[in-house]
Formats: sequence, structure tokens, C-alpha cells
Amino acid sequence: MQIFFQQVINGLSLGSIYALLALGYTMVYGIIKLINFAHGDIYMLGAFWGYYVINSWHFNFIEALLSAMVVGAVSGVVIEYFAYRPLRHSPRITALITAIGVSFLLENGMSYLFSSNTRSFPQIIQQHNYNIGGVLISNIQILILVTACVLMVLLQLIIKKTKMGKAMRAVSVDSDAAELVGINTNVTISFTFALGSSLAGAAGVLIGLYYNSIDPLMGMTPGIKAFVAAVLGGIGSVPGASVGGFLIGILETLFQSIGLSAYKDAVVYGVLIIILLILPAGLFGKNKKEKV
Amino acid sequence: MKKSVIKKIGMVMSVGAVAMMFAGCTAAKTSSKGNPQTGDTIKIGENMELSGAAGGYGNQMKQGIKMAVDEINAKGGISVNGKKKKIDLKVKDNKTSTTTSASVAAQFVNNDKVNAIVGTATTNAGTAQIPNITKAAVPAISPSATDPNFTLQKNGKVQPYVFRACYQNNFQGGTAAKFISNTLKAKKVAVLYDNSTDYGTGLAKAFKKSFKGQIVDTQAYTEGDKDFKAILTSFKNKKVNAIFVPGYYSEVGLIVKQAREAGINVPIVGTDGMADPKLAQIAGNNNAHNVYYTTPFSTKASQSNPVAKKFMATYKAKYHAEAPTFSALAYDSVYMIKKAIEEEKSADSVKIAEGLAKIKNFDGVTGSITVNKHHDPEKPIAIEQLTNGKVSKTYQIK
Repeated sequence: MQIFFQQVINGLSLGSIYALLALGYTMVYGIIKLINFAHGDIYMLGAFWGYYVINSWHFNFIEALLSAMVVGAVSGVVIEYFAYRPLRHSPRITALITAIGVSFLLENGMSYLFSSNTRSFPQIIQQHNYNIGGVLISNIQILILVTACVLMVLLQLIIKKTKMGKAMRAVSVDSDAAELVGINTNVTISFTFALGSSLAGAAGVLIGLYYNSIDPLMGMTPGIKAFVAAVLGGIGSVPGASVGGFLIGILETLFQSIGLSAYKDAVVYGVLIIILLILPAGLFGKNKKEKV
Repeated sequence: MKKSVIKKIGMVMSVGAVAMMFAGCTAAKTSSKGNPQTGDTIKIGENMELSGAAGGYGNQMKQGIKMAVDEINAKGGISVNGKKKKIDLKVKDNKTSTTTSASVAAQFVNNDKVNAIVGTATTNAGTAQIPNITKAAVPAISPSATDPNFTLQKNGKVQPYVFRACYQNNFQGGTAAKFISNTLKAKKVAVLYDNSTDYGTGLAKAFKKSFKGQIVDTQAYTEGDKDFKAILTSFKNKKVNAIFVPGYYSEVGLIVKQAREAGINVPIVGTDGMADPKLAQIAGNNNAHNVYYTTPFSTKASQSNPVAKKFMATYKAKYHAEAPTFSALAYDSVYMIKKAIEEEKSADSVKIAEGLAKIKNFDGVTGSITVNKHHDPEKPIAIEQLTNGKVSKTYQIK
């Protein structure tokens, strides 16, 4: 039983990272129907930003986290402005290919500028374990879980309660109609990118702190797994992305704990295939009928 | 009318193309075997993983190669039959891709006419270049391809133009197995290996073959993985006495960190892919205790080896860091080529290959090297122990 709870804790802390990333995917997809494959690399940028500000400017954890969110938001907006906005009315596949291109540019650009070596992240928070009935949980795991949950609730509030959130929902339903009633779609889309990318920036710092290891290619695998999480939850649905993230984290942990560690990635991608086959709208997605 | 004109042009062009192909063939046939040394330079190609998955290791090797070449050239070069000839180093990135590695090798041997190649870092990329270098009769020495079959042909005969500067897996895995049962006296061992590289899978296989105790669990991870908590929790539950982790420092560092944080304090034993100061940085100094790894080149051993001592000092002055194993192996690779050229008194590619096969008791950074009949280097092996992130003890294994 102890082992079981320990594995649940492991799964939850891994899942919260996937959830944070999946939110960015799902928001961008919800609003412009674009799978932003560069999202995982914004997470890498956030981690590198955290690394530099903590090392050279001696930021504390909160400052590093907030500034990484700002950097994530700015890079998200810049990418949207230069790479996706000119393609707003071109076929979706064009934008998708561009997203993959941006992802490669970020990964290889960072490898070129800062070398592809693995770096150790400065440990600004001393890790210690709490022992609750034989189950070990570290303060950093709690921190990640809490930060992830707070950010998700905040996001939900922004989308549901603010004027900007209303505009976002309007654009996602029908961008032409939204424009007709006076919503500036470009600003709204930029805002969505900023919001999603700031979560990725935050995830970067959290992961840096948790695993103490960052490199320019670190965004690749988590990015794709977060995409699977978003699809699992129902791409376009914000609560779905959170739940999907936690489910993928727990699933991966489960397969490792029963001794099938070599297949853990295969299982995650298998889930993607199964979901697309039997439940294409995901767990929380709305099954919209095409109007003719 | 128009169509037939196009057809005719097409015919002429294809005939021309065929003629050119034949011309290429005859030219290749008339030249003698291998790439002879010409002019005042010895051309060495560096086919290296400078980007992609193994880019980190490739760049460390690039530093080692550059150091060796600069040193040799600063002294006027390699003396070939009394004449000093400088090394002309050509560097190409194979992007950790087998196809790119094969085409880089083809460019080196056919266009650049190199006399020898240093590279590649990985067994996969190295194996991909074998057909091209063998056809051109140009030797290649890999600083770090550890697969036992890397230097062998399918029928078990040695590849005439393939060499390496590192241990092969069976030797290293066997040493680790003996160390765990004889010195650490561990009976129940878990194996956690990197199954995305030949290095990890090869060592895990070699270890299992020679370990006498009980292997209670074998788990795998892929390069770039960051979370090992689930696997480690299940190891803890199985009450293992030691964990064997063949892999590279970037992941093993995380394994050490997460094992200690999960309250697992048993010895963690690995191989030379861990021998990097970054391991302790990633794991955290207070976590990096009771950690052992096999290594050809130890910071302690370097005290008694003048070549290593000089290498360490030069490296530190140039790059402001402790020299990693990969740089040392790459540095030795270049000096092995130098040794072969001096012994054979010729820098023709075929002669270099002959010379490399005959190397005996060559004093390198990574110990005294003798190339055996399988083109594997025979050199002493040591096991280093880390305590609080620092090497605290070195075990000499005979």
C-alpha cells in the first residue's frame, strides 16, 4: 500500500508538468485550430531563462518563476506574430509545418548558441523529504503540485470571468462573427499565446528545480506527451488538458512500477492512437456536428 | 517534332551521364589502394556528433582532438621519414545520424582525400561509415564506440580499417560485475540501463552474462528521460543491495539524485559514460556518495601518469574545467594515429591502418595502450568511488 501511494505521488508530480504544458496546447488549438509544436521549446526557454537569472542576477524562486512566465509570454507572442500571423488564412497544414519549423529553430538555435551540454539547474530551494506514514514527499514536489494547481485555477478564472476571456471564447467559437461584434481577433489571439506560453515558462523553471538538469532538447519529449495529454482530455478543453496531463503522468508511472519501463513511451503514444480511434473528441471535448 | 527533340536531348544526356559514371569507375580503378599522403600536410578527417542526441559527447571529443592537433602542429607536426608534416584537420558534423555519418565519411575519403579519420562517437554512426572507409582503405579510429562487434565483420574477422580507443563492453561490464560481487559483496542487484544507445544495451547484456549473483530486476530508460522515481521506488521495494546503471552522466546523474532522495542508499555502480564532473553537479554533491564507476582514466591515476598530468593541466588552462573522459579518449585517438605514422614512416592511409594495428605499450592519457588482434585497445582499468561529489578512492583492477 505504501508503495502504491508513493507511486501515486510520483505520478502526480510528473503529471502536473504535463498538465501545465497541455494547457498551452489546448488553448492555442481552441482558438486558432493550430497545434503549436513549438510549445515544448518555450518550456525549454523558460528553464534556460531561470538558469541564467538565478546564476547571474541571483533571483529567488518567485522572481525566477514570474520572470520566466514573462519571457515565455513574450516569446509566445513573438513567435505568433512572425510565424503564424502571416499564415492566418492559409491552409491549416501550412501553419502546422511552420510550427514544426519554429520548434527546430528554437532547439537547434539554442544548441548552437549555448551548446547541447546538459546543465545543472541552481538549487535555490533546499530539498527535504516529509515522511507521511512511510510515503516520502519532498517540498519541491508539493511546490510543483501547488503551483500547477494555482496556475490552472487562475487560468480558468481568466477564461470564465474576464472580458478578455470572453473575447477568447468568442473567437474560438467563430472568429469572423467575433470580429463583426467588435472584438480585435489579433489582440485576442496574441493574448492566448501569451497566456499559454507563460504557463510553459513556469513549467520550465519548476522542472529545472525538480530534476536539476536542463538542455536545449528537453522540450521535445515532454512537449509531445503534453500534446497526447491535451488530446486525451479533449483538445480545446481547459479542464480536459489538466485531467489529461495527470492521467498521462500516472499512466507512465504505473507502467514503470510494474516493470514495463521500456514500454512507457509506447504506452503513451498507444493511448493517443486509441483515443483518436474510439473517442476522437477526448474525455471532455464537445462532439460538434459539422454544419453544411 | 518537339517531343522527339526532347527525347533526343534526353538520350544524349543519359548517355553522357553513363559515360561519366564509367569514367568515374576507371579513374577509381587506376589509382592505387588508399589515400596517399601528398604535399606538406597529413589530412585527418573528424567525423563527429557535434549536434543531435550525442552532441554533448561529440563536442567534448572535438575539444580533445583540437588540443592534440594544436599541440602536434605547434611542435612542427608529425615527422614522416625525417620530414615534419603538419596535420590538416577537417571537421564535419554527422548530426548523430547514420546516413549523415556515411556521407561525411564518403566526402572525407573521396573529395578531401584524408589519410585517416577520427570518429565517430557512437557505435551506430561509426558502423555506418565502415563500408565507405573500407572501400577507400582509410582507417578510422573511434574514441568511444564500445560495442564488441564494432571492429569485427559478420564472419568474426577483424575489420581491417576500424579501430577504437575505448574499452569494449564485455571487458567493462565484466569488470563491474566482478567488482560488485567481490568488493561490494552485493548479492541482489537491479539493472537500470539506457536502451536508446548501443552503449547501454551492450553493457547491460555483458553485465548480465558475467554477474554471479542474483539480478532481481532489469529496467530500461531512454536518453533524455528525467523521471526515474517510479522505477526506483519499485527497486526499493525489492530491497536490492546495489544498482548497476550503464549509461551516460546526464541520466545517471538524475538516477543518483532521485535514488538518494527516495531514501535508497545502496551502492550505485556504472561505467565510463558516468566519468564526468557534471555527474556530481546534476546529482548534487550531497547525493553523490557511494557511487562507483569503471574508468580508463582517473583523476587520481593521473598523478602517476605524466601524459595524463600534462593533458589535465592543459585542458584546465584552455577550457577552465576538469577534463572529461571523452576528451581524453579523443586526444589519445589522434596520438595513436601519430604513433602509427611515425612507426610506419609513412602517412599513406593503408600504412596508417597497418601501424594502428601494431601499436604496443603506447603511453596515452588513458593508460598504456596495446592494440590487440580485434583492434581493441588493452589498457588498465580502474574503479573510482565518489563521496560527496568528489573522487575519494580508486580501486585498481587487475
